[in-house]
Amino acid sequence: MSGQWRMAGDLIMDVSIDETSPRQGMRAEWSRIAAIVWKDLTMERRAKANFNSVAFLAALILLMFAFAIGPDAETLRTAAGGVIWLTVLFSGVLSFNRAYEQELEGGSLDMLVLYPGDRRAIYVGKLIANLTFLLLVEVILLVVAGVLYDLPLLGIALPLSLVVFLGTVGFVALGTFYAAMASRLRAREVLLPLLLFPMLIPLLIASVEATNDLLSGSAMGNVGGWMRLLLVFDVIFVAASVMAFEYVIED
Amino acid sequence: MDAATAKTVGDIIGLAGLVLLVPVGWAATRRRMLAPLGVFVFLFVVASQATGLLISPPERGMGDLQKIMYVHVPSAWAFMIAFFIVFVASILYLWRRQVHHDRLAAAAAEAGAVLTALALAQGMIWGKPTWGVWWTPDPRIAFTTVVLMIFAGYIALRAFTDDEDRRARWSAAVGIVGALNVPVVYMSVRWWRTLHQPQSTPSTVDPAYIIGLRLNAFAFLFLLLFLVALRYRAMMADRKADAILEDRALKEDVAHV
Repeated sequence: MSGQWRMAGDLIMDVSIDETSPRQGMRAEWSRIAAIVWKDLTMERRAKANFNSVAFLAALILLMFAFAIGPDAETLRTAAGGVIWLTVLFSGVLSFNRAYEQELEGGSLDMLVLYPGDRRAIYVGKLIANLTFLLLVEVILLVVAGVLYDLPLLGIALPLSLVVFLGTVGFVALGTFYAAMASRLRAREVLLPLLLFPMLIPLLIASVEATNDLLSGSAMGNVGGWMRLLLVFDVIFVAASVMAFEYVIED
Repeated sequence: MDAATAKTVGDIIGLAGLVLLVPVGWAATRRRMLAPLGVFVFLFVVASQATGLLISPPERGMGDLQKIMYVHVPSAWAFMIAFFIVFVASILYLWRRQVHHDRLAAAAAEAGAVLTALALAQGMIWGKPTWGVWWTPDPRIAFTTVVLMIFAGYIALRAFTDDEDRRARWSAAVGIVGALNVPVVYMSVRWWRTLHQPQSTPSTVDPAYIIGLRLNAFAFLFLLLFLVALRYRAMMADRKADAILEDRALKEDVAHV
């Protein structure tokens, strides 16, 4: 564990030494981000239990929804969009706190904050790591949903993955931001969804509508409009979180 | 009363209310004026409600049920203003780092949450006999519910964060991000479902209702200012009391040694 840490630390330190031109500064910033992404993903990769349990939980939630909704195939298919996105939210929200908890336990977040360079790199790094993690979970989730709910996923693979990507970016952007606070509090398990879920309602609406329109293949749908709303949501909240993160991580 | 007269009276009330906003706003910033302001706001709300109820004719479709509009619509306007105060005070806090901006944001969030809950409850009471259901994912009901949840998250975060400086920074960040979401939530739920009647603003409402609506809009605005001032004073006093207690405990410790 400590070996990994030193490597990530060295990477961050190395690139911050020769910060002469703004262009190099920008490149140094990206190297810092890459170092944090690499560190977080390496930890996930080595402790596979995390990914496995979240992916398994997602499959389990899908199954439970299938039981709750009932055996009628048509009803299941109509509900699929909503079920898929609620499953993404419920299983995803578990992984955000963990991204900080591991660091807090080892006291390494303080170190990370002390390294030279912009602290926003920590946020962006964790955002990309969480995004990668959740997108991989979603691949499994969608396959399971396709089987359980009998969905024609292959035909709409491309537009659907775009919707899933846009929806996940907004979700992870806010999740990573709020988890930076919630993970340091007593009631972190309750507080994170309490803060996060109301904020995600526009994203939930747009993602579910777009997904359902794609699944039903109806010409009446407005997939493009919902995707634009998702894009607007992503831009606003990635930008706002990047700017506000500095005040959250200050101590 | 004919439409033209009602419109003129409505305009006069609008102007008078704006003029009145100056002394009310001033009183809200003065500690000694808090009690007189409370009395004034109470009387103003009662008088405005009475006027709204008495002078408006029963609505054609809804009858007297419509009169809930005089509390429902003004509290909905007032909670939007409360959210705006949270937004501005949060930005000011992060910029200037002064405690009173933090407490102002917190006070506005609490008053706003109360008014949001009020607007939602009144919407439900109005909706049950009109549409036959307590809650329906109609755009504005859904919007109000989501705003209430965002306020609740903000207040919960404050309740769980003990360190004063950290609480101020975190809740300011959450207040800003939350306020940014308000227009996005509004747009999304409106696109999502539009089975509701258009907004009640004086321009879409029959002139007979203008007077009551205008009066009560100002009544609730003054009520909001009073509630915010009240909570703000209480929180600042709390902080002062904490400091005094801490100081005394410290002195006692020294005396014992």
